[in-house]
Amino acid sequence: MIPPGAFLLVAAVLFALGVLAFFIKKDLLTQFMAVEVMLNAGNLALLAMAKASGLAAGQVIVLFVITVAAAEAVIGLAIIVLIFRQRRTIRTDELKDLRG
Amino acid sequence: MARYFWLIPLLPGASALVLLLLGPKLSRRWVSWQACLTVFLSLALSVMGFVHLIRAGHGAGGLAKTLLPWIASGSFSSAISFVFDELAAVMALVVTGVGLLIHVYSIGYMADEKAYSRYFAFLNLFTFFMLVLVLASDIVLMFVGWEGVGLCSYLLIGFWFERPAASKAGMKAFVVNRIGDAAFIVGVLFLLVNVGSSSFAAINAAPAAGLLGPGLVTLVAILLFVGATGKSAQIPLYVWLPDAMEGPTPVSALIHAATMVTAGVYMVCRLDGLFSASPAASSVVAWVGGLTAVFAATIALVQNDIKRVLAYSTISQIGYMFLGCGVGAYAAGMFHLVTHAFFKSLLFLAAGSVIHALGGEQDMRKMGGLKKLLPTTFPVFLVGALAISGVPFLSGFFSKDAILAGAFAGGHYALYALGLSGAVLTAFYMFRLVYMMFYGGSRATHHAGTAPHVHESPSVMTVPLVILAVFSALAGFAGLPVLLGEKANWLGRFLEAVLEPAAHHLVASTEVGLILAATAAALAGIALAFVFYRRRPDLPDRTVRAFPGIHRLLVGKYYVDEAYDAVVVRPLVIGAEKVYSRFDLGVIDGALDGSAAAAAAAGKGLNVLQSGLVRDYALAFLIGAVLFLGALLL
Repeated sequence: MIPPGAFLLVAAVLFALGVLAFFIKKDLLTQFMAVEVMLNAGNLALLAMAKASGLAAGQVIVLFVITVAAAEAVIGLAIIVLIFRQRRTIRTDELKDLRG
Repeated sequence: MARYFWLIPLLPGASALVLLLLGPKLSRRWVSWQACLTVFLSLALSVMGFVHLIRAGHGAGGLAKTLLPWIASGSFSSAISFVFDELAAVMALVVTGVGLLIHVYSIGYMADEKAYSRYFAFLNLFTFFMLVLVLASDIVLMFVGWEGVGLCSYLLIGFWFERPAASKAGMKAFVVNRIGDAAFIVGVLFLLVNVGSSSFAAINAAPAAGLLGPGLVTLVAILLFVGATGKSAQIPLYVWLPDAMEGPTPVSALIHAATMVTAGVYMVCRLDGLFSASPAASSVVAWVGGLTAVFAATIALVQNDIKRVLAYSTISQIGYMFLGCGVGAYAAGMFHLVTHAFFKSLLFLAAGSVIHALGGEQDMRKMGGLKKLLPTTFPVFLVGALAISGVPFLSGFFSKDAILAGAFAGGHYALYALGLSGAVLTAFYMFRLVYMMFYGGSRATHHAGTAPHVHESPSVMTVPLVILAVFSALAGFAGLPVLLGEKANWLGRFLEAVLEPAAHHLVASTEVGLILAATAAALAGIALAFVFYRRRPDLPDRTVRAFPGIHRLLVGKYYVDEAYDAVVVRPLVIGAEKVYSRFDLGVIDGALDGSAAAAAAAGKGLNVLQSGLVRDYALAFLIGAVLFLGALLL
């Protein structure tokens, strides 16, 4: 029986790696993947807590999050494709038109 | 029918509404008929109410009708409610009777006017407000009429608003009246607080009931009288009336001679219980009236514009009315109000007829010899002049005598002397006018109606003149001196149902003496004018050369306008400009500009944060989240 703390630890490491990747990488696609890693780290933490407390609600929420994440991934990828078509680049340090 | 008396003001009011909304679409014929017919119906109702009051006899009380509840606030309430008692009846008859004649006259006088329906709309509106003022049963509703007639006066003085002088005169009338009205409102508020009711009956009973202390009575009466000096053009607020002559002449006759300007006298008579409870306030009223009577008459001596002479004459005659009210002879004041309404509107309308005939000329120095050319206007003007001068057996003789007798009987000999000297001046300036206008050779210059073009006015104008002349001649017999028997002063006895009866009476021999003195004064004035302007035409110039200082003072109208300009108007304008440049531009505009600039500067400062780089935003997220979590954990 693996203790819930171990799951949480893995989730925290996963989240930290996602953050690190988001800040290190400069292309939008990789950064998007980093966001997905962070999201799934959150899912993992939620599952760990659900198992520890013995409630089914946490697992149900995770299923919803996965569904929404699928939709979000579709839209996010579509936006990235469109940006590439328009600008011929997806490097985030070149995409700064909203500067004040 | 008398119980429908509350329709008296509403009929002209409804007509005014129709004319204001639909006027330009209606034909001139329709406008004339509608405007005159509604006033005629009001007159008919007033006559019916008057007959009803006479039949009901003394002490039966007037008719009353509450139309609508109006203000109800705490213990105070005021309703739109009319009363038709003896005093209101006399005034309503004057307003609708003289008003009707002037409406008819206007059809001829304003025939060439473009804004014909606007003119009659305002004239009807004026009649409506004036009748509200007259029939109101409480002081708050009276104030509505009071302000309404002021508004119509403004609108009609400035009727030819394309002329800068006319619109300026309208503004002056409005502003000067506001000064009086401010005092009036304060007086009304004092009454509402202390009496707790706004009805005239309650106010008149208040001093006797101990609701108003002696000091407060005087204060309130004087505040209300200041309002009256504005509306009725008395010292010190008379300055607007001479300028008001910029309006059409029928307007001068109706509003600025016969009705509106006498509203102050009517108000004092309405509140006779209040005024007679304060001897101090009464003597203020009497002295202001007496001084105004002489003061305005002296200015009238040297004016050359015929309408201005008549305007100063009106100020002077209203002074007589206040003199009468102030010495306790309220019925005499009302009597003079009635006779004055007849002969002064007659004089104005006849002057209008002359002006009409001469194509707009108002300077009497350019007239002369009109006697033959204006065969109807001349005799009626002469009747008016004789009546106002107080020549025996014409209306002005009896009414002026009643006032002077009242002053003498009350022991106010100084006021009596003022009134008598005013009578000499009145006769003099009126006959100066008559001789300059109608006698001698024509002094007309080439541009203003030379003799061949001069024509008598159409009958729609001359018929009202003749009717007014008949009333000017005969109205005096309604109030014969008591000398001729107890019942001789019919009007006085009629009004005594409402007004305080005169406190003092004269013995017959004194009264005969007073009548002879008044007659002598009138004849002396006329004789003097005859010598000056008929026998010895060089005499006026020689007199001017003999007393150049006095002449300059009179021509300059005592420089009152200039003094007001220097003391009140200029400091106000300069002060207002200072406030504008310092406070408006500095503080208010400055605050607005400052807040806008602050917002812009804040925006400039903060836009550093908007780098446009996703990573920067994400970093802000991260820092925020870490801080939040840290705070949660610690």
